[in-house]
Amino acid sequence: MLIVKDLSLYFGAIHALHGISFHVEEGEIVTLIGANGAGKTSILCAISRILPIKTGDIIFNGNSITNTAPHLLPQYGLSQVPEGRRVFARMSVKENLEMGAFFRKDTAQIRRDRDRVYEQFPRLKERRHQLAGTLSGGEQQMLAIGRALMSSPKLLMMDEPSMGLSPILVSEIFEIIKTINEAGTTVLLVEQNANMALSVSHRGYVLETGKIIAEGKSQDLLNNELVKKAYLGIA
Amino acid sequence: MTLFLSQLLNGIHVGSIYALIALGYTMVYGIVQLINFAHGDILMLSAYLVVVGITKLGLSPALSVLLSIVVAVVFGVILERVAYRPLRSSPRISSLITAIGVSMLMQNVAQLIFSPNPIPYPITLSVPALNLGGLYLSFTTLLTVVLSVGLMFLLQIFVSSTKAGKAMRAVSEDTGTALLMGIHVNRIISLTFAIGSGLAAIGSLLYCIAYPSVAPTLGSLPGIKAFIAAVLGGIGLIPGAMLGGFILGIAESLAKAYISSRMSDAIVYGILIIVLLFKPAGLLGTKTREKV
Ligand SMILES: Nc1ncnc2c1ncn2[C@@H]1O[C@H](COP(=O)(O)OP(=O)(O)OP(=O)(O)O)[C@@H](O)[C@H]1O
Ligand SMILES: [Mg+2]
Repeated sequence: MLIVKDLSLYFGAIHALHGISFHVEEGEIVTLIGANGAGKTSILCAISRILPIKTGDIIFNGNSITNTAPHLLPQYGLSQVPEGRRVFARMSVKENLEMGAFFRKDTAQIRRDRDRVYEQFPRLKERRHQLAGTLSGGEQQMLAIGRALMSSPKLLMMDEPSMGLSPILVSEIFEIIKTINEAGTTVLLVEQNANMALSVSHRGYVLETGKIIAEGKSQDLLNNELVKKAYLGIA
Repeated sequence: MTLFLSQLLNGIHVGSIYALIALGYTMVYGIVQLINFAHGDILMLSAYLVVVGITKLGLSPALSVLLSIVVAVVFGVILERVAYRPLRSSPRISSLITAIGVSMLMQNVAQLIFSPNPIPYPITLSVPALNLGGLYLSFTTLLTVVLSVGLMFLLQIFVSSTKAGKAMRAVSEDTGTALLMGIHVNRIISLTFAIGSGLAAIGSLLYCIAYPSVAPTLGSLPGIKAFIAAVLGGIGLIPGAMLGGFILGIAESLAKAYISSRMSDAIVYGILIIVLLFKPAGLLGTKTREKV
């Protein structure tokens, strides 16, 4: 479904990504794990065409999107939950969800999708007229996920959805990710919480300073000595 | 009391013009964090267009005004495309300097074409004032206030309940995330410039009816006042621009009547400084924003 080939990216003189290649198959949850500054966000933003890339090719559903205008990607079925939630704080919960469905015109289907989001996140329904900026961190994360789902994506990319949440909420978020995947959405998950991410995903890639240093089935990565040491805190 | 009321009316009159112009500054700032110094000069451009329309092209006043609005809108959109868009990812100061440059360029071109000498504005309204028990309400004041408040009301509805208006708020809060939502950010930015410039053209009409003399520097004074109004209310915030405009207009005309007409501008700047000391983000601003 998604093939990233030899992706390189610079910030001025800083070489942030060195020839990254990976792929995501339909129906999978694939996780990218790595420490702070490894380049996880850069990869997602390169795929979303928010960051300009130096070399490489990005193929989504058989078509290259390397030169596609970023605002067209949600229409093709690609959606991103950005790092740090980035809800529109001065807009209501309901308006945030509307923005998620911005390009869509099928009003009836949009309403059905919104009801589904409200069903999945009852707190959002209760607070639909409240400004998003007044929600708690966990609620904002739910809103960010709900907003991305409003575009009815084929591939959902999530950038550290567990960041800054309490352990209970973290488990809840990972449960939600599983549910979303079981409902038919492919997920590319970026995480620092390697343990959790590897336990919900099918496959994973380990990123270190802009390079992929290990990859494989999540189960295998969980048992990989190197990964254990560096990312799971097990000596 | 009558003096006070009539000065209050005057204040509301000029205040609503400032508010209309301030909206253009604030919307553009909100969406691209740029202080569009050429905004005031769009007033000047519109005024000359009305002059040309009526005296050179022989159009009716209504058609000339319409022409001035359309040209101002198109001009605003082109200005953003040509002068500001290429600099969007450059340091903020580059586009700021460009904006000042555009402003000077426009004034100089106007001088070349029309000479620096003021010419009379060809539209005047000679409808007798309403006498409200000793207090005179001129038709111009009535028209100005009704038109401005009506436009602000429409703008508020546009921003709060249309899809494009909501997208505008989304882009102004977080451009990157708006792009992730599939919002065509460039189109929304063009739309913002279009609306701001259109309001400036209408502001120009109302301003010139009140002060019917057209010169290349026409836009400078109302431009700076409206800019202050936008900052006073909280730059980037639409209700802030409206509030700031009215406060500024009323303060200015009361200061003229009761303190000193020469000191009125100093008083206006004084108010701005005092407000910003206590509320650095402006009256309606909540968090401190990065200043240019
Ligand atoms: N706008 C920028 N300008 C310069 N360097 C940047 C910029 N954004 C990221 N970088 C650098 O690129 C590298 C990768 O950053 P990136 O944000 O992709 O990391 P990350 O893996 O998402 O980290 P985190 O887990 O902290 O979110 C880092 O070294 C970072 O300092
Ligand atoms: Mg990151």
